[in-house]
Amino acid sequence: MKSIHVTTTVNGEPAEFICTPDETLLDVLRNRLGLTGSKEGCGTGDCGACSVTVNGRLVCSCLVLGAEAEGAEITTIEGMASGEALHPLQRHFIESAALQCGICTPGILVAAKALLEQNPDPSDSEIRYWLAGNLCRCTGYDKIINAVKSAAAEMRSN
Amino acid sequence: MPLDTPKRKFKVVGTRPPRPDGLDKVTGRALYGADMTAPGMLTGRILRSPHAHARIKSIDTSAAEALAGVRAVITAADLPVLEDDFIRDIQDNCMARGKALYDGHAVAAVAATDAATARKALKLIKVDYEILPHVTDVDAAMKPGAPVVQKGRTLENVPAGMSENVTSHCEFGHGDLPSGFAKADKIIERSFRTAATHQGYIEPHACLASFTSDGKADLWCCTQGQFFVRTLCAQMMGMEASQLRVTSSEIGGGFGGKTTVFIEPVALALSRKSGRPVKIVMTRDEVFKATGPTVSSSMDIRIGMTRNGRITAGEAHLRYSGGAFPNATIEMGGQAAFAAYDLGAVRTFGWNILTNRPKEAAYRAPGAPMAIYAVESVVDELCQELGLDPLKVRLLNAARKGTKSSYGPTFDDIGLVATLEAATRHPHYTAPLGPNQGRGLSCGFWFNFGGNTCVSLNVNTDGTVGVTEGNPDIGGSRASISLMAAEELGIPYEKVRTFVADTASLGYNDVTDGSRVTFAVGLATIKAARAAIRNMCARAAKIWGIDEEAVEWIDGAACPAGPNAGKFPPMTLAEIAAVSAETGGPIAGHHEVNADGAGVSFGVHLVDVEVDPETGATKVLRYTVFQDAGKAVHPDYVEGQMQGGAVQGIGWALNEEYIYGDDGRLQNAGFLDYRVPVASDLPPIETVILEIPNPGHPYGVRGVGETPIVPPLAAIANAVSRAVGVRMTELPMSPPRLLKALLSKG
Repeated sequence: MKSIHVTTTVNGEPAEFICTPDETLLDVLRNRLGLTGSKEGCGTGDCGACSVTVNGRLVCSCLVLGAEAEGAEITTIEGMASGEALHPLQRHFIESAALQCGICTPGILVAAKALLEQNPDPSDSEIRYWLAGNLCRCTGYDKIINAVKSAAAEMRSN
Repeated sequence: MPLDTPKRKFKVVGTRPPRPDGLDKVTGRALYGADMTAPGMLTGRILRSPHAHARIKSIDTSAAEALAGVRAVITAADLPVLEDDFIRDIQDNCMARGKALYDGHAVAAVAATDAATARKALKLIKVDYEILPHVTDVDAAMKPGAPVVQKGRTLENVPAGMSENVTSHCEFGHGDLPSGFAKADKIIERSFRTAATHQGYIEPHACLASFTSDGKADLWCCTQGQFFVRTLCAQMMGMEASQLRVTSSEIGGGFGGKTTVFIEPVALALSRKSGRPVKIVMTRDEVFKATGPTVSSSMDIRIGMTRNGRITAGEAHLRYSGGAFPNATIEMGGQAAFAAYDLGAVRTFGWNILTNRPKEAAYRAPGAPMAIYAVESVVDELCQELGLDPLKVRLLNAARKGTKSSYGPTFDDIGLVATLEAATRHPHYTAPLGPNQGRGLSCGFWFNFGGNTCVSLNVNTDGTVGVTEGNPDIGGSRASISLMAAEELGIPYEKVRTFVADTASLGYNDVTDGSRVTFAVGLATIKAARAAIRNMCARAAKIWGIDEEAVEWIDGAACPAGPNAGKFPPMTLAEIAAVSAETGGPIAGHHEVNADGAGVSFGVHLVDVEVDPETGATKVLRYTVFQDAGKAVHPDYVEGQMQGGAVQGIGWALNEEYIYGDDGRLQNAGFLDYRVPVASDLPPIETVILEIPNPGHPYGVRGVGETPIVPPLAAIANAVSRAVGVRMTELPMSPPRLLKALLSKG
């Protein structure tokens, strides 16, 4: 297969990579760019562990081809904190014990951030439906919903 | 190790500080199984049988080996023939020898320079199969004349004349059943079935193996037990344990499913053959087809009750199948079935049966949820028939201190009565219900475990402390172990950091299973801290020029014990550590133990559901978990276990199942068709922690991780049965099955 040269932006920084036409964006992030924070739980878009944003839109990176990143702006979990300052969602996830094993956490944080960007004051039900594409097998979701709510409240008050 | 004092006032145990691995996990920095790489690494992939049952007549790997980029191909011929049944079964499950026993059974593996080449190579391997008749249903497999999955595996305790698929029998209980049933005013007998479910951890199995030419090897993998992985893999590789170092990565969920090996010996064999590091990561399809799941079950329950609610006799016949290999899960089911009750006459009879399904792996309280589901369903129906309050009936019959348990031992301090009383007092129990709604409850039980444990606690010269333990952290255990070390040493939680050691750095530790880690590793940590304290007191005594016995440890500092010891200002841990080089060198404490006294655990779950009469879909409206934690070391993560277990149980009750076609192939090997609960399916899961100290732990700690998956099956089945007016006897109660029951009711 002929390789493709892709120029893109990842977490605000210019990035370039070579990939084959059948490589997913998730493969590229993990194997070519060394960004292993996005996880592959299923490879079929059913678990949400590989959630990233492409041009601001929340996607499963296992369902996007690497080649589609050309000219796009990609944001991953690695771009969520500003230097040492954690995003309020990240802080509240730690404080509210919203993670156990942590494998789903990057995807859920990316998805929750996308929610709060378009709805800064979501109801419990809105959070539950928005995160319905992100499987967590450890927590029963309760503490995740609470963490998103408390982070949203803090962000609204700032 | 006995409880110190029932009324201890804790300083840091019981608080909710941030977990030490939290930052890495919210920033994407934490390294899981698939995140490891090594220079020159190859990609390994596994070829799997498409048949449920087939003789492997030959495997031709020559075309695959000839493909450019392929560095090694292996089959069972590359692995030794092992004598011991237990370990041979695990190896045969990793790589089929002679016969493929289920859809997805591994038959060959390749290592290539990249994933695309490895996939291509798999297609070039020619396996000549002779397809054999198969059986995937537990009851069908038990019938004489059923296709035999494996010959010669039946134990002597199985009567002659049964199918060869029946491999073992067990029996537990006491008292006289006929006279017990004779005292009953009402007897109900029912049959139940439960589907196999998968642990459903979001992280697929992953490992990286690296053999060197001098016969040493390193293995990195996501596992619940690096030491057990070493034991298994070293034997399968024919090497000494000391030559294989296994390092556990962060683990993305296990729930029991990562207590054994699937791909690790394959990666090691490929690495040995190719001379290069080999990484294998399972696809989700492989995870469903070839790892986990639970047993599937078929059960007959008979219980007698007096008019005022006393159970007079209980009898259970349990038939479990854990797939194509024998297992002992049936024994845990037989022991757990009636554990919540104080009974004069009780007997359980268990059978294990082979089917053409993947080899069962442990899943949170293995064997207990299905047996207790069946028993608690019949108890609920008796309450309905006799017009009795189901909580009062549980209280009337509850096991308590001094009860001879249905499986033999006499209970010490246990929390079942306190838990039931908490449920009785809770507003949930008396809240009004609407149309098509029902309320259900169930007790749950798990034995808990202690086991081999080794902890090293190092006092650093800057006054901080490192705890080295050997159990992968699957639910926040590093936080709870740090809390216990800080409590014992009298220093802040932030001064302690707990690490999970590789197999070369610490003595053997049993797998993270049986809800053992907070109990057993905690116990060993407390003992290691006490050893370090003795050491630090001796150093202070040396500095002060007094007897060691004249020094005691109070609030994180050595102090003269009483006025006769002399007048010296207290020396803190940091002060003693700073001068340790002048007083005898490094300060550490160790403890090694095969811990017993784990202390059994009980819980009660209360649930309200609403069933849509048009579609048969069930909505969980309200859910409350009551559980005895002994002592909740980090209450956030105790609640997390209670909530997570409840939700896995909700999935088991309502949706999750392995669905096999007539061809013996798994039809729903993905998260789209094997539907685990998502956030929008669920209400908040309320938790009530009870603390009835375990007499076998210095702080009273009991394991909490497994019990919470036990009650949801019956609690929801009882709620649904009451909502629809039909007794549901098969799990999952998925919409089609429930709709069928509603239509047959008319």
